[in-house]
Amino acid sequence: MEVKPPVPQIPPACWTEMKDLQEWEKHHQQRGLDDKTSEALGGIFDAIYQMPGGGVITASTEKIFNWARKSSIWPVTFGLACCAIEMMATFASRFDVERFGMVPFASPRHSDLMIVSGTVTIKMAPMLKRIYDQMPDPKWVVSMGSCANSGGPFRHGYHVVKGVDRVVPVDVYVPGCPPTPDSLMYGLLKLQEQVAHFQQTGTRAPAVTHE
Amino acid sequence: MTPSAAVTALREKLGVEPALEGRVVSVDVPVERWVECARLARTELGCLYFNWLSAVDWKEQGLEVLCRLDDLDGGWALAMRTKLGPDRVHCPTLTGLYRGADWMERECWDLLGVVFDGHPDLRRILLGQDWVGHPLRKDYAVDTAYEPYR
Repeated sequence: MEVKPPVPQIPPACWTEMKDLQEWEKHHQQRGLDDKTSEALGGIFDAIYQMPGGGVITASTEKIFNWARKSSIWPVTFGLACCAIEMMATFASRFDVERFGMVPFASPRHSDLMIVSGTVTIKMAPMLKRIYDQMPDPKWVVSMGSCANSGGPFRHGYHVVKGVDRVVPVDVYVPGCPPTPDSLMYGLLKLQEQVAHFQQTGTRAPAVTHE
Repeated sequence: MTPSAAVTALREKLGVEPALEGRVVSVDVPVERWVECARLARTELGCLYFNWLSAVDWKEQGLEVLCRLDDLDGGWALAMRTKLGPDRVHCPTLTGLYRGADWMERECWDLLGVVFDGHPDLRRILLGQDWVGHPLRKDYAVDTAYEPYR
């Protein structure tokens, strides 16, 4: 018997009819590629740099600002699947990401990091996008685990997004199924490097995958 | 009721030939007697617990709906099967007999496209309401494009 694929006739997605989401699309700002907040700061730094001996001051204060920003990343508590268990273990006392200054915070509006921990289904993807849109700039995304990276074992299934980077831009990919807490912590340290790069150069580094 | 007594009752009242394997009585019924068989199981055989309902896609032979009704007191179960026939998707609903059949039949409609006639609320339950097709059918192409994420 000949197996014939159905002709895809996709109606508009139901969430496009929701009023508040239309508002979001209207006011939605694309993620800025450069640092919006440091413009005034850069002017002050330039002024100090022009003074005799100012280079020493700017270099050390840059370091302090850099350290302050990268050591205070607040991830939004957002667990999707079994990877979330490992993420919770990372947040808990044994592995303790609070020593990196991370506070898992239960509101996307106060957070600047989203750890996509698990399988993103097509039904969940618009909600994930919405949470991402609610986070203030500058914001970061860590894709945790095979499912979020590429779809993983469900890549050829019918209902899984083949990688969360089709929905939101990703900064660090953490492989594993699921990644151990050590692996996730290494990924978070890589993210700190990305944050430092962003602070120093004003542009985002290309996404990294650690082995 | 014991399984062997259930086999006798099914044979006498419905004229079907049940098979007994361990504590499970399995019976093939035509689709017209689907509700009748379930009503007999509920009212006379004591199968008060609706365990699950699902379906199988046998390609050119069409769909087959299966369900399992448990008699928790007697410790046995009745497995019912019915073939819908090629290119036929209509099956009568069991929601009039078992409240638990509601969501199972919605799932069966969602994933396999069996239309349960008389179901009070036959909507998709797992996939989004805008989904096209029934993905557990054998002829469903899993890599069908789905905007905007695939």
